[in-house]
Amino acid sequence: MADTLVDVRGLKIGARIFPPGEKPKDIEIVHGVDFTVEKGKVLGLIGESGAGKSTIGLSTLAYGRGGVELTGGEVFVNGRDILNLKGGDLRTFRGHEVTYVSQSAAASFNPAKKIMAQVTEACTKHNLCSKEEAEARAVTLFTKLGLPDPENIGNRYPHQVSGGQLQRCMTALALCPQPDLVIFDEPTTALDVTTQIDVLAAIKEAIRDTGVAALYITHDLAVVAQVSDHIMVLQHGRMVEYGTVDHIINTPSEPYTQALVSVRSNIHEEKPETGDVVLKVDGISARYSGLKFDVLKDVSVELEAGHTLAVVGESGSGKSTLARVITGLLPPHTGSIEFGGRTLSADLAGRTKEDLRELQMIYQMADVAMNPRQTIGTIIGRPLEFYFGLKGAEKHKRIVELLDEIEMGEGFIDRYPAELSGGQKQRVCIARALAAKPKLIICDEVTSALDPLVAEDILKLLLNLQKIENVSYLFITHDLATVKAIADSIAVMYQGELVRYGPKSKVLNPPFDDYTDLLLSSVPEMKLGWLEEVLAHRKMESAGN
Amino acid sequence: MMRIPLSALIGLFFTGLFFLSAIFAPWIAPYDPSAIIGDFWEPISWEHWLGTDNIGRDLLSRMIYGGRTTIFVAAAATVISFTLGTTLAFSAVVIGGWVDMVLSRFIDLIMSIPTLIFALVVLSVVPVTIPVLILVMGLLDLTRVFRLARAVSVDINVMDYVEAAKLRGEKTMWIVFREILPNALSPLVAELGLRFIFMVLFVSTLSFLGLGVQPPDADWGGIVKENKEGLIYGIPAAIVPGIAIAILAISVNLIADWVLSRTASLKGGRNG
Repeated sequence: MADTLVDVRGLKIGARIFPPGEKPKDIEIVHGVDFTVEKGKVLGLIGESGAGKSTIGLSTLAYGRGGVELTGGEVFVNGRDILNLKGGDLRTFRGHEVTYVSQSAAASFNPAKKIMAQVTEACTKHNLCSKEEAEARAVTLFTKLGLPDPENIGNRYPHQVSGGQLQRCMTALALCPQPDLVIFDEPTTALDVTTQIDVLAAIKEAIRDTGVAALYITHDLAVVAQVSDHIMVLQHGRMVEYGTVDHIINTPSEPYTQALVSVRSNIHEEKPETGDVVLKVDGISARYSGLKFDVLKDVSVELEAGHTLAVVGESGSGKSTLARVITGLLPPHTGSIEFGGRTLSADLAGRTKEDLRELQMIYQMADVAMNPRQTIGTIIGRPLEFYFGLKGAEKHKRIVELLDEIEMGEGFIDRYPAELSGGQKQRVCIARALAAKPKLIICDEVTSALDPLVAEDILKLLLNLQKIENVSYLFITHDLATVKAIADSIAVMYQGELVRYGPKSKVLNPPFDDYTDLLLSSVPEMKLGWLEEVLAHRKMESAGN
Repeated sequence: MMRIPLSALIGLFFTGLFFLSAIFAPWIAPYDPSAIIGDFWEPISWEHWLGTDNIGRDLLSRMIYGGRTTIFVAAAATVISFTLGTTLAFSAVVIGGWVDMVLSRFIDLIMSIPTLIFALVVLSVVPVTIPVLILVMGLLDLTRVFRLARAVSVDINVMDYVEAAKLRGEKTMWIVFREILPNALSPLVAELGLRFIFMVLFVSTLSFLGLGVQPPDADWGGIVKENKEGLIYGIPAAIVPGIAIAILAISVNLIADWVLSRTASLKGGRNG
């Protein structure tokens, strides 16, 4: 084993938590994990939030984030036990032998300094090479990563390049000191799907060309399958399965891995058209005050009772603006909205209580969609009280019914949102929307912030509730796997325009327009060699470039 | 659950002491605060624990009655500035548009005039009675509370749960008192303690300058004023009210700190 670069043995990581009303206590979040990374190989760490994957990744830097402590085990990098490094040695080690690429490049770059100064900083601080040589290295890396105008891009400030480009700049930053190991912590998660593919390809090529080893941390198995040699599946701080990419993707042996692999394969049967139109959006154009251009351009869609219309697009495509227009938060300057057979007033103030009741909304971030100072009972009970005047025992009975519908028990009634998990919070938001007995619920990226398995449960719940309550969904999302799992009809949006609209069977099948083709082909698929295949036959540059 | 840290206990003890002696002043004070019972500036003795003042009145009794006035005026003015300031600020944020614009600019305008000078001008034209004094102080201090409450609630107002309430069709008052207020409470409570202390200082300053509490009533600022000549002769009578103000200020702030750490985190304060 001469070429072993990283050797982690029995790694244990603990943290101190502060439960409400109790003494602080120490808990263990990683319970003895072993793995090795060979020189020039890529190990993918995969798991849901709370699985400990980032924490384990950072341990190879001998670093614990946010009060986390490495409590046991050994971490060898290049044959040295790095957990026992002190002060200056540790500083030399970090940023030279091991470097780190974080999820949000926008938050990681110093906005006041030029990109070049930040990319070369590790080299010059560690006296690895002269400033000129570091800059030459950076330019080579910029070229390798496919950044436009590699000679001069370093003279820009971080806000002057796009999100996808900045993420590649950070990869250059990590590779510049010529480290032995790079930790990629969800480097493409915050990017649009068509941008993600470019960054992914760039990272993969850079890893191959420089011969660096890498730890690739992500929750998206399809993504990690494209760049890794081996994959380690983690759950609750324990290793579930370890193997080659081929093994994990094609013949997973553990049930948990099997669930992860099959999570995106749900397909919802399209419902037949009924002609019973609930929502008719006609020729809507809208702009935000202060902007000189329309954010929505002449958008018209229809939605039938008990059906789901998915609005798909990247960030900036105007899909959330469409939701704001329909809810009345942003009055459009042309066009009209018909809802339940009547024309809705353009702004919120002009709508009747009945209009408001029949049109409910569920948000992406359940955390901030619920008042943290109200109990679950109050949150779900308020619409009952407000729209139907329910009080006392009657209200309590209905709240319990609703909690049953979202598969949560009566015991949650006096709990606060902070005591709930992400999936439970989103369920409560669904119950709050249902409490109003609406005809239409607008779901704005409701599963985007959730782990894949939890998101799948939420989608199932939504579909079930649709059957029971005959409610329509306007489902806004950027994720095409979600669309396949829930939609009856689809509207594809690009730069404020509707580029493709119709029943699901029609929209997702050829012939495609260029943008839909790009969007569909950019969704990572869980198979080996997918990335190369896609890049080979692309018709259109992604919007992030 | 209710483990109170030492600092907060000290704060509670002294604040309690001051408030109790203010409430029960007639029973506690050993002498009539306006009766001349001895020589001027008598030193500390068993008869007169803090000595006597410039015309021979018992200083301890005057301090107790003075504290009563000071604390009452400061508390009443704080209540006015807080109720009005937060209600106006939250309403301005929730309603938005020109209401917010007009209110905020008007508050800016008032703030651009130095508070003390503004108060001196107003109090020199109107008859200075306790209610007038409270009202003037409360209204002037409202500007500070308004600014803080507005800054805090602007952040809360853009949260999805507030938007959800608006989409539900809730009235402005519901949004202000049910959605925003509970979430803005922590910084406001901390500010409450601070503002109360500023009020104590404010009324003391006004009285020292002769435009606050009028004789024969006295507050701590007035007692400083009466006894300030004594400082030249090494008489400590003028320092006593200063010490009282300092102790009250520190102890109220200790409590405010504790309340803040208890309410700031939804998962329970880290020290509590």
